[in-house]
This record gives sequence, structure tokens and C-alpha cells, in this order.
Amino acid sequence: MGKLAAFLKSCVATPFNIVLSILTVLLIAWLLPELIKWALIDAVWSGNSSKACEGHDAACWVFIRLRFDQLLYGPYPTSERWRVDVVAALAVVAIAFVLMPVRHAGARKLIGLVSLVALPVVAAPLLAGGFLGLKPVPTVDWGGIMLNIVIAAWSIATAIPLGLLLALGRRSEMPVISYACATFIELWRSLPLIGVLFLAVVMFPLFVPPGFESDRLVRALIAFTLFNAAIFAEVFRGGLQAIPHGQREAARSLGLGYWRMTGLVVLPQVVRIVMPGMINTCVSIIKETTVVLIIGLIEFLAVLQIAFSDPEWLIGDQIRTTGYLFAAVVFWSLCFALSRYSARLDRTMGARPGPAKAPAA
Amino acid sequence: MSAGILTPPRRDRFALPRGERAWRAFAIQTVVLVLIVAFLAWVAANVISNIARLNINTGFSFFARPAGFEIAQKLIDFGDGATYFDVFLIALINTVVLTAIAILFATLLGFVIGLARLSSNQLVAGVAATYVEIVRNIPLLLQLFYWYFAVLRPLPGPRQSLNFFDIAFLNKRGLFLPYPIFESGFGALALTILAMLLIALALAWMNARHRARTGTGLHSVRLIALFLFVPPLLAAWLTGFPLSWDVPALAGFNFAGGMTVIPEFVAMAIALSLYGAAYIAEIVRSGIRAVPVGQIDAARAIGLRPGQISRFVVIPQALRVILPPLGTQYIVLLKNSSLAAAIAYPDLMLVFAGTVLNQTGQPLEVMIVTMASYALIGLAIGAAINLLNRRVQLVER
Repeated sequence: MGKLAAFLKSCVATPFNIVLSILTVLLIAWLLPELIKWALIDAVWSGNSSKACEGHDAACWVFIRLRFDQLLYGPYPTSERWRVDVVAALAVVAIAFVLMPVRHAGARKLIGLVSLVALPVVAAPLLAGGFLGLKPVPTVDWGGIMLNIVIAAWSIATAIPLGLLLALGRRSEMPVISYACATFIELWRSLPLIGVLFLAVVMFPLFVPPGFESDRLVRALIAFTLFNAAIFAEVFRGGLQAIPHGQREAARSLGLGYWRMTGLVVLPQVVRIVMPGMINTCVSIIKETTVVLIIGLIEFLAVLQIAFSDPEWLIGDQIRTTGYLFAAVVFWSLCFALSRYSARLDRTMGARPGPAKAPAA
Repeated sequence: MSAGILTPPRRDRFALPRGERAWRAFAIQTVVLVLIVAFLAWVAANVISNIARLNINTGFSFFARPAGFEIAQKLIDFGDGATYFDVFLIALINTVVLTAIAILFATLLGFVIGLARLSSNQLVAGVAATYVEIVRNIPLLLQLFYWYFAVLRPLPGPRQSLNFFDIAFLNKRGLFLPYPIFESGFGALALTILAMLLIALALAWMNARHRARTGTGLHSVRLIALFLFVPPLLAAWLTGFPLSWDVPALAGFNFAGGMTVIPEFVAMAIALSLYGAAYIAEIVRSGIRAVPVGQIDAARAIGLRPGQISRFVVIPQALRVILPPLGTQYIVLLKNSSLAAAIAYPDLMLVFAGTVLNQTGQPLEVMIVTMASYALIGLAIGAAINLLNRRVQLVER
């Protein structure tokens, strides 16, 4: 029996299923054609000003096309946007290098380390400018999708190592370290992200000596790091708990110290277990980057909100809905791809032969 | 603790000799402790000197001062002279009410969608899966903006309201719902209902005990229904149906009567419920799938009907898996409710950590109170779920 036949049969298997199927088909028939008509068929695709969309109650893709650069870069000065492009190109190269199937373990490590360390070292000054004749661009002018990516990349890159240290610390046999890490983790986990951002914005100046300047973005980045490190720590804790004690004892009996035991025996196994959880956390970080709008940073959604209130585009509600639909598609594609990847890892994990496989007798 | 012959001896975790190892652990912990204390002391010193330098007031005396600003949604009205403490209460209640409503709807919808994903009807399962995958992968803030700015705000004015059976009305000014009016005699009716509820609970408890002892039901469901419905209806008839509804009606340019739910609340409740439901659906699905198929086969083999199988075999075992992550999800919902700041729903975060902080200029105290409130509500939710969880946990005999 083919898949389609099985599908159709399941829809009419029992009287209850028939009723459910009819109701579901009615729901789809009511929603889907309307959506396709609004977003694609009736939509305005061509034109060079808001005039093209006036009076059309359908998606206005002209708006997105004309505002595309702003959505991408925010208020970043037009003449300097090539710098963002260079950083993006470097990031693509770095990711390609990391994903390259290199057999040699040392080379892999070198590539990973160079990409992870070199990229931010090059990217941050290039984006900020102020040297070698590059025009300085203050972080208040960073915005759009670029800002979301900067925040997400920074948070993921800093929160994972910090979270790992916290998780190891929480499981430490030394009570002072274990309690300190547990308190730190539970403190951040009990607070809403917006609260942490408010805290960073209003309290940071109180916590540091006068004259210690830091801009809003830096404070938001610190907040993101601390908040997400606590979340990653809990993800890692689950993985650490899943490693049988015998693994550690075996490493000990080979004469490995704590750090070599952790790095060579425990972590390689933990990473495999927690990979889906880590990717899911990355997905929520990507979604959370939008929240910085509340503390006045001009990320993707903020650029949209500002664009909606432009008098030129005050021509109807379809502009707003188009903007939200576009943002939804952008976030959804990225997050859905990642969560699919994580679900696949989750499924295949048991099937993959582990490195600690017993030799065939 | 008694070290029996079966407990393995404690292993030395470090390769160093025992004494040296203890000394090293002691030294490391002392250094860490000194560093932590030094860091906290440095922050405290900075706070004290900054407060002195910037002439910031300290202490919680501001709570007693009049606040002097309006809040769009007040469930308790303190009149004109509302103090900052009154404002705190109003904002706290706004957050709690929003979270409670969102938890209720997210749970109901989440269970329905979670069950739909497990449906044998592949069409229904597919639609439910699509819902979950769409909603989970779009930022909550974006969904909130959509509901507030693109759906609720463009609604027509009161005269062209969306009319729900002449009882409820939705327009750009909010949701207008009927409001209950308690007439004389309602107290007697409420007492009757309460008494019957207690009797029904006692009967259900006795029934459960009887079933646990003997394995057979008392078939008291009908008896319980009798107690639950007949006396209250009789009491209602005798007291002359003392409950009536104040239905909102169009008067001039706006609605009069009933109760008004501000559009910010409606948007928050819709967005939080739909978003939370997607996560709860996944929790429910994995909980039910965690029940081994053999359990259901066994239940069928001893002749239980489908309804009995879900009541006595599937649900009790699924709840064990569902409840802990469900509690975590409720706390996430509470924390997400603070996104209200983005559309100006007057919740704790916006009113207290926003307006009150700006007016009093005391960030330290205000932030501590706000954060402690969220942490405490979260703890309360966690404790409630734990209590429930203890009831459904496996009792090993």
C-alpha cells in the first residue's frame, strides 16, 4: 500500500475520523486559499513607491524591496555598509572551513580555533571602525538583521563555554564551587530576559566605578551571555549526568587528571548527548534577539516598526501585515532548519556507532 | 549512613595522595571564595559610592508616597491617592491574572493539539504538527506585534464591533464581556454549591479508596452527579436565580455596562496562549508516547474499554512524564508575560521596573523588588506543580 493510500485510509478509518477529516479540510479550505491569494496572487510585486500598493488589500512586497537595505543594516551608514558585507563574507568562509571534512584531528582543531577566535577579532573592529581611516560607527547605529546576527553569534559563542564551566562547577565535589555555580545558575534562570536586560541597562552604571563607559549594546551583550550561560549550563548538566561513572573511573585508572579526564573522556560523550538541546537553545537565542528592541536597540523588528510609521507608508494595514509576514518567514526558515537538524541528531544519536564501541570478539 | 558490605569503598578521585588532595581542594576553594567575596565587595563599594555621588535616595520609604500616574488596567481601584505600594499591587495582579489566563488557555489548547498530533487520522496529525512547527519557530515578540498591531488595533470602532451572539463584542477599544451581578440570595446558592462540591469530593475519595482496596468501583459517578446538580438547581430555583449578567450594550460612541478587557491584555493573552500551547502540545505528546504500548495491550487483554484504558492506564502514567516539564513551561510563560512592556500592557515589568523606577530614581530597590516578585511567583508555580506531581508519582509497594 502506498503512502498516499495509507494516508487516505487513516482519514476515513472510523466515523469519528471522518468527522475530524471533514472539519480539518473545511478549516484548510477556509484559511489556505485566502492566505495564498493575499500573500502571492493578489500581492503587489512591482513598483517604486508606496503608490503601487495604495488601495490593494494584499501583501505589498514593494515595501520590503524598497526597505530591504534598512532591514538588513538598520541605521548603519550607507557608505560604510561594505564593511558589514566583508564581515558576512568572512563568517561564511569561517563556517565553510569549520564544516570542511578534515581528517587530521590537529588540523580540525586549528581551523576551529582560528575561525572562532579570528572572526570576532577581525569583525568587531571592522564593524566599529575608528582606525586606519575607517569611519567610526557607534553601536547605536548598528541595526537590522545584522544586529540580530551579531547578538546571536556573540551570545552563542560566549554562553556555551561559560555554561560548560558552570555545569562542571555545579557538579564539582568542592562545596564552595558547587554552591557558587548553582546559585549563579538558579539566579539567572529565575529572571525573565527582559528583566535581565533592564538590569543590565539601569544597574550596570551603578555596579562599576564612575568613568567606566559602556554602551547599551555592550550591556545587552553581557546580559545575553550571563542569561544564556545559565540555560546552557542546565543543558550540559543533563549530559554530564548521563555519562556512566565507570567512564570517569576508567579515565582515572589510566592516570588522567581532572582536566584531561573531562576534556578527553567526558566531554566528547557529553557533546554528542546534548547536541539537540544545544541547538534548541540556539534557536531560542535567535528568537530572543528580538527582545533588545525593548531597551531601544534597533534590531530587525524595530526597523520594521519604524518603517511602518513612515508617513509615506501610512497607506493601510497591509503594509504592517506584509512586514510581519516577511519577518516571520525570515525567522521561521532559520529556526525551522535548525530545529529539524536537532531533531535529526536526536533520532540518529542512538544509531550512530560511538567511539567507545567494544571491539568485535 | 551504614556502610554495608555491598556499598563499594569510596574511590579516590585524584591521583594525588589523600592528604595532599584535601589540601589542594581546600586551597582552590579558599581562593575561589576570596575572589567571589572580593568581587561582591568591589560591586557593593561601587554601588555605595555611586549612590552617594549621584545623590540617589535609598530605602523603601517611597512605597508609602503617592504615585500620581494612571494605569490602564486596574483590578483594584485605590482612587486618586494611590501610593507606590498600591501601584505595585495593581501591577503584580495584572501580571498574575495575565499569566493565569494564558496558562489556562495554553494548557487547554496544548492538550488538544498534543492529542491531535497522536491522532490515527494522519490529516489531523499533520495539521497539528504544522501548527507546532510554525508557532515554535517564530519569535514570540513578533507574534505579539502581529496580534496587537496588525489584528486588534485595525479593528473597527465600537459601532462596527465584531458581535459574538449579542453577548460579547470586540473592537479597537478592547473586548467587552458580560459581568456577573450577584443578587440577594446568591450567598445561599453559593453555600449550597460549595457544600455539594465537598460532598462530591468526599464521595470521590471514598470511591477511590474502595477501588484501591478491593479493585472494584462503587459506581458512585451517578450518585456524585446527583449531589452536584440537583440541590444547587433546587436552591437556584428557590432563591429565584439570583445571578444575572450585566451585558455590554452600545450607548452613544462606546459600550456601557459589562466589563472591558483592554486590547493589550487580549493581544498578550492570545499570543502567550498560542505560543505556550505549541510547547505544551509537544510535552503532552511525548508524555503519552512514553507509555509503553504493552501497557495498553495488557489493559485491552483484561477487557478494559477504551475510555477505561485512557482513564486508568494511559493518563496516570503519562501525567508522571508530563507534569515536571509542564511546570517548567508555566514558569516560562510567566517570564514571557514580561514582554508586555513592548505593547504597553501595564504588567509588573512595565509599571514597576519602568515607570516607578523612572519616577523614584531608585533602580536598586525597584529592580530587587521586581526580580524577587518574578522569582517568588515562579517558585509558587513550581511548588504547586510539585504538589500535584507528588500525587501522581509512582508509589512503590
